Amino acid sequence: MRKDSLARITRKESWNNYFLLSFESPEIVQEAQPGQFLMVRINTDTSPLLRRPFSLFSAEDQSGEIFFQITGLGTRLLSEKREGDFIDIIGPLGKGFTVDKDIHQIPFALIGGGRGIAPLYFLAQKLSRAGGVVRVYYGGKSTGDLPVRERFSNVDLSLTCTTEDGSLGTRGQITEAFEADLDKDLSVSRIYACGPELMLRKIAEIAAAQAIPAEISLESVMGCGFGACWGCVKKIRKDEGIGWHKVCEEGPVLNAEDVFWE
Amino acid sequence: MIDLSVEIGSLKLKNPVLAASGTFGYGLEFTPFMDLNKLGGFVVKGLYFSPREGNPPPRLVETASGLINAIGLQGIGVKRFCTEVLPQLQAFQTALIINVCGANEEEYASVVEYLNAYEGISAYELNISCPNVEKGGLCPALKPDSTYSVVKLVKTTSSRPLIAKLSPNVSDIVEIAQSAEEAGADAVSLVNTFLAMAVDVDTRRPKLANVFGGLSGPAIKPIALRMVFQVASHINIPVIGIGGIMSSEDTLEYLICGAKAVEVGTSNFIDPEVCLTIVEDLDRYCQTHGISRIEDIIGTLEL
Repeated sequence: MRKDSLARITRKESWNNYFLLSFESPEIVQEAQPGQFLMVRINTDTSPLLRRPFSLFSAEDQSGEIFFQITGLGTRLLSEKREGDFIDIIGPLGKGFTVDKDIHQIPFALIGGGRGIAPLYFLAQKLSRAGGVVRVYYGGKSTGDLPVRERFSNVDLSLTCTTEDGSLGTRGQITEAFEADLDKDLSVSRIYACGPELMLRKIAEIAAAQAIPAEISLESVMGCGFGACWGCVKKIRKDEGIGWHKVCEEGPVLNAEDVFWE
Repeated sequence: MIDLSVEIGSLKLKNPVLAASGTFGYGLEFTPFMDLNKLGGFVVKGLYFSPREGNPPPRLVETASGLINAIGLQGIGVKRFCTEVLPQLQAFQTALIINVCGANEEEYASVVEYLNAYEGISAYELNISCPNVEKGGLCPALKPDSTYSVVKLVKTTSSRPLIAKLSPNVSDIVEIAQSAEEAGADAVSLVNTFLAMAVDVDTRRPKLANVFGGLSGPAIKPIALRMVFQVASHINIPVIGIGGIMSSEDTLEYLICGAKAVEVGTSNFIDPEVCLTIVEDLDRYCQTHGISRIEDIIGTLEL
């Protein structure tokens, strides 16, 4: 973990209210693992006041990427940054996804809903390069909610898209497409998921019912991102028991069975 | 060489910059970012006698230049703190101040009594002003008599300097500060957060699960500064200024208004190195202004 106040934005892609920013920060990028996140200070004045957390979409050599949707003041101001601007980042933070040393041939299922696809591209790259069989499930309300789908063609994997309005891929929820594949005797060695809470709860149910290990990445409002404020807690099981534990320290990636929904 | 040291009664600080309780974890969270030895000191997160679960989330909401929190003093309790954390803090050459909490007066005293047996602690800050524990933000620092009573009791137990941390949610903070002084507090620190709330207009529900929380950050600085000036003008024990400090300029405002030291809070979340930046900038300010001792600037407001 370190702070880099001069991470230069090298590229920006945008689709309606989704954005992908590339930045240079070699030391942070080289340390990063899939599922870890950054805290980004968007302005040096007090609007917004706090940093905002973003998963790493990718991290390679000198450059990292973050993928986000405008959901409020912070993300809106971040979306207005241009190439050549600097952002102040702290990272990599938190616990990421498990990437096994010895990868076998039973597929991994990576399931992303909307902006929850953010940490899964980096993970897909890692798993695929390590020889894993990767199946990505990417769902959203409409085609416009799946803007980074074409990036996955750079990786050796299978991609299934769903939209709730049927404008792209199968109509319906991404969890339905995944369940349909399980019903067709797809076996999965581990599920990795990130997305809206309802989706994650459904995945946790499926994983528990089918006894598939599942890791989910949680979103939470964070004050600091490095354990000092105790603001980002969720009900989580740890060795010492079930309680309000910090998402920034225990997660953001957790075993699905260790997360208790309200 | 500028002398940045200050004295809070018998507590000597190498500089007037402390990190505030509740914003600095147990200190160790900040070691990746800075050398804690360069701080005037730091105040660890409030400790009750037993571990405490804290409030349900959402616990944080950002507002204009501010942050409302309702953490509810979640923490590991004094015993675990002394076995697991304190040994790691004892090696630092900086003032370690423990923020002491209690559900009642006896608990405050028992936390202090427990801590008295351990080395490496410089002072106690009595947290009689957290707005997030009792329903409606009740706490001892809202009334002169309850302030007097708890400070008096803990003072008889404490083997170390005792700082009473005051609430701004009162009509006359000077009166409360005077009660703390009469009860034997060695210093007062002010202010804790302002009782506040925010509403989601789509759901018409409060944005915090606890409904109320405490507002901190630059939004509160002018009000906190006014309160520090008022208190420093009316009591004879040292005052530690707290509220919205982001820079050396903010710090200097408090010192000029009579604070002997400051605590930097919310700003630690945004810039985990901010306390050190402030120390360095204070040194630069003194050089530029031909001031050899930072103490010479304290309480020098020209009216």
